[in-house]
Amino acid sequence: MTALANPSPVVHEEIEGGGRTCQDKAAEHNEAVEDPIDAWEIFEIIRRIRDPEHPNTLEQLKVVEPSLITVDFSNGRKYVKVMFTPTVPLHCSLTALIGLSISLKLQRSLPQYTKIDVYVTPGTHDQEEQVNKQLNDKERVAAALENKNLLSVVESCMYDYEENC
Amino acid sequence: MSKLSLEHTLQGHKGRIWGVSWHPKGNAFASCGEDKTIRIWSLSGNTWTTKTILSDGHKRTIREISWSPCGQYLTSASFDGTTAIWSKTSGEFECIATLEGHENEVKSVSWSHSGSLLATCSRDKSVWIWELAGDDEFDCAAVLNSHTQDVKRVVWHPKKEILASASYDNTIKMYAENAADNDWYSTATLESHTSTVWSIDFDADGERLVSCSDDKTLKIWRAYPPGNEEGIFTPDNETVWKCVCTISGEHSRVIYDVSWCKKTGLIATACGDDAIRIFKEDANSQKNEPTFSMITSEDKAHLQDVNAVKWNPSQEGQLISCSDDGTIKLWKFIE
Repeated sequence: MTALANPSPVVHEEIEGGGRTCQDKAAEHNEAVEDPIDAWEIFEIIRRIRDPEHPNTLEQLKVVEPSLITVDFSNGRKYVKVMFTPTVPLHCSLTALIGLSISLKLQRSLPQYTKIDVYVTPGTHDQEEQVNKQLNDKERVAAALENKNLLSVVESCMYDYEENC
Repeated sequence: MSKLSLEHTLQGHKGRIWGVSWHPKGNAFASCGEDKTIRIWSLSGNTWTTKTILSDGHKRTIREISWSPCGQYLTSASFDGTTAIWSKTSGEFECIATLEGHENEVKSVSWSHSGSLLATCSRDKSVWIWELAGDDEFDCAAVLNSHTQDVKRVVWHPKKEILASASYDNTIKMYAENAADNDWYSTATLESHTSTVWSIDFDADGERLVSCSDDKTLKIWRAYPPGNEEGIFTPDNETVWKCVCTISGEHSRVIYDVSWCKKTGLIATACGDDAIRIFKEDANSQKNEPTFSMITSEDKAHLQDVNAVKWNPSQEGQLISCSDDGTIKLWKFIE
């Protein structure tokens, strides 16, 4: 790529207070403790995904926010919906890449058989409809993730900012 | 109260199972999935078991398989861009030909009723028609570029050499061969769905088509040939297909597959909300404004998205389904 899609993104402070310590995380992995999944927990999973073209996290760029996450783990349902806000309202492929990183990270982190919907925040992208359609076509996503180069790009976004708890 | 009664749950594939296909005799079926294998299952006693595993034909996900009408050939469409033809003439299944030409993932493969034509479609937006030229030879008879997006499914008419295709561009297209110059061309575009059309199926006579979509609806289309008694205008002297019924509000997520039983007229759907639903035409349904009612919903048919449903072509009321949960299920519809 010769030029950046967004040469100077606004970097925000990480959200404080709601953050959890390593001990809290360990408790969550304790099967004996009943702990329904909430929006904050979903946010914890995706907040440190790296932007494909900047050394910042999706949280720092306000691409993901807890208030734009919906969960329903009641009555046997397993449903998560994440809306993400692209940093610039252009560049389909980068936006799709961010969406794919969010989607794959959730798939790998959440309980089996969770339904995951990832959408662009309404009104924040010129090609919102196309991006949403592509991200939610599981056949095209499956085909894309069989491409080793693309998968390694997505995975590098997903895991660069992993904490070493 | 009608219901679906679960007869068998089968496992074997690793991961997501994309497709199942009944052998024309209805006593065997094939399945395929992301593990790049095809399994052929048959009934021995009261147990369905894998008889054969075909594992060396494709390098990527196998999206769909389809039997020839004679039951001698099995074809497989793969994300690796090829379609493989498997033959059992020597006793064991072997790959006798690999059809190449699509630029990327092949999504669907279908045999014409006579068994002399094969159609494939791809994410490259094209539909290809292949002619069986010799024992193991297939010639490309047409490359059709009418769709503007990824083509999801191709299905032949049950009695005529008419092909239907469904696409990510929200439309369905019909194709026929021009008798004068033997060129295949698109005869009709069926527009009404507001998102991806995932699957289509004809009724027994081929006068109607059912389609299912990412827009969570099911639509019934009727063919109006030139000179039809309803007086529907047929420009260019081509059969016009009109959407005569939309079934909405019954599916809560994308509908991935639909199967119209040639024996009973029942319609089954495979949905991303894990359910299988059965629809029946109402007794007082009108020809030009038919009505259908959902008569059964198996809400937790699978633990994850249902990817395909297929009615057994010879055993009335037997339905097969497969899912992202890695299982295949056989159901008996009880009226």
